[in-house]
Amino acid sequence: MQIVFDHVDYLYSGGTSFEKHALRDISFKIEKGEFIGLIGHTGSGKSTLIQHMNGLIKATNGKIYYNGEDIYDKNYNMSQLRSKVGLVFQYPEHQLFETTVYKDVYFGPKNLGLDKLEADLRTYEALKMVGIGEELLDASPFELSGGQKRRVAIAGILAMRPEVLVLDEPTAGLDPRGRDEILDQIAMLHKESKITIILVTHSMEDVANYVDRILVMNNGSLAMDQETRSVFSRYKELEEIHLAAPQVTYVMNTLKEKGFPVNTDVTTVTEAKNEITRVLKII
Amino acid sequence: MEMIKVEDLAFEYIRRNEEGDVESINRAIDGVSLDVKKGDFIAIIGANGSGKSTLAKHINAILYPSEGTVWVNGMNTLKEENLWEIRRSAGMVFQNPDNQIIATVVEEDVGFGPENLGVPTDEIWERVEKSLKAVGMLEYRNQSPNKLSGGQKQRVAIAGIMAMKPECIVLDEPTAMLDPDGRKEVISTVRLLNQHEKITVLLITHHMDEVINADKVFVMEHGKIVMQGSPREIFSRIPEIKKYRLDVPQVTELAYELRNAGVDIPEGILSADELVQALENLGA
Repeated sequence: MQIVFDHVDYLYSGGTSFEKHALRDISFKIEKGEFIGLIGHTGSGKSTLIQHMNGLIKATNGKIYYNGEDIYDKNYNMSQLRSKVGLVFQYPEHQLFETTVYKDVYFGPKNLGLDKLEADLRTYEALKMVGIGEELLDASPFELSGGQKRRVAIAGILAMRPEVLVLDEPTAGLDPRGRDEILDQIAMLHKESKITIILVTHSMEDVANYVDRILVMNNGSLAMDQETRSVFSRYKELEEIHLAAPQVTYVMNTLKEKGFPVNTDVTTVTEAKNEITRVLKII
Repeated sequence: MEMIKVEDLAFEYIRRNEEGDVESINRAIDGVSLDVKKGDFIAIIGANGSGKSTLAKHINAILYPSEGTVWVNGMNTLKEENLWEIRRSAGMVFQNPDNQIIATVVEEDVGFGPENLGVPTDEIWERVEKSLKAVGMLEYRNQSPNKLSGGQKQRVAIAGIMAMKPECIVLDEPTAMLDPDGRKEVISTVRLLNQHEKITVLLITHHMDEVINADKVFVMEHGKIVMQGSPREIFSRIPEIKKYRLDVPQVTELAYELRNAGVDIPEGILSADELVQALENLGA
């Protein structure tokens, strides 16, 4: 078990009149190599939750284990945890600061204290992983397109060779193709390097297309923790907590109500097409 | 008279080196002409860097044409004496709600615009009340904006513009940072203002499902308008639209795939209800 949250609470401004439970009794386990979606309305606690994963925020109560070790143990090496669990924040391109793409990505491994050869190697490797070609290595990060900048920012994290990659809305503000390119790239990373991926997003279509399992947050609590299909089959509950299912799930449910004998257990366009054509052949 | 008229517009971002010599020229808008009638709901879609935001910034005179002309409500944006009146009649809403709210109380934020225009105090309060009501935020008037959700903040930003009694609102990706509920709130508010208050709307977005109710859609690429038409016309041309790095609503894509698989349904289906209806008609 790679990550374990055991009854984690987090209280903002504890003991004052502004006290607020940002996280309430959160427990879950994540296995190495999983591809997980984390959804929830604004203010539901998603960002607070992911900042616990690499120790940026310390739980008020409860324990967190990484690879079996208690990260709050006084002998635990917290800086190592931060290189193992890479966090890509929203709009990460705002954090680019170096004069060239190469230098920006190189900054992370250099700070880990690696020798130049190893840091160079990791920089090349990370840029290749996100599909940034060698012709862009000497470009200023600020000359790149929105999607390219974001990929450079992700490469900066990958160059630390994390075992877990947490991405907070990696596609916000990108055009549809840019969105698909980033997500395909992440899916390939997951497949080829077996990195554990945690994807925080507002797009139900994106989670449906990519992740195996979904954690649903609501008002600081974990409302659901199930495989993708089962979560979206509870679309009415999702609506109550200000979320939704992908459009195709609604199409299938309406068809069912109208008397088509379709299976509503569908979350992607391809699945929906196959299911509808199957049923049309029968009736 | 058109609300907005753009004729042969070109805009160049010019980069200079330390000596002031021109290093590079980026023609962000390259020969755009378009007319927007009063009361229309217009959507502009296009890849990152296609020139959408640059075009939007011409409509309330944040940017001025390098070539060509932009008229807002008949006023040429290049004439300095028109500036205030143009900015009053064409308000702009940006992507990040936190960058547009300045006051510590919702009603004061909404009153900031008319106050700056020199509107008498009594009338300011009247306008604040009416605007907050129009966006469904009246009950929050005495609250602090930082307690609001993203969708609520955007509605406050819209109310702030409504309080200046504009004829037109330009929204530059107003939902990019919002959750699904917030997106719905903002889009339905904008539609309501368009239908009931007859406000002309120009919506820039990457979310294709927000476009389906527009009167007209413009697709931009490399600073040019490459497609225009009703949402149904635009979203019927799936291979073309994907070429411009865009997409169609998921239901439209499903309908297209079904047609390709030989299912006899019409082109350009835009909503779940339409698709279900078309499939029901098959048996009839």
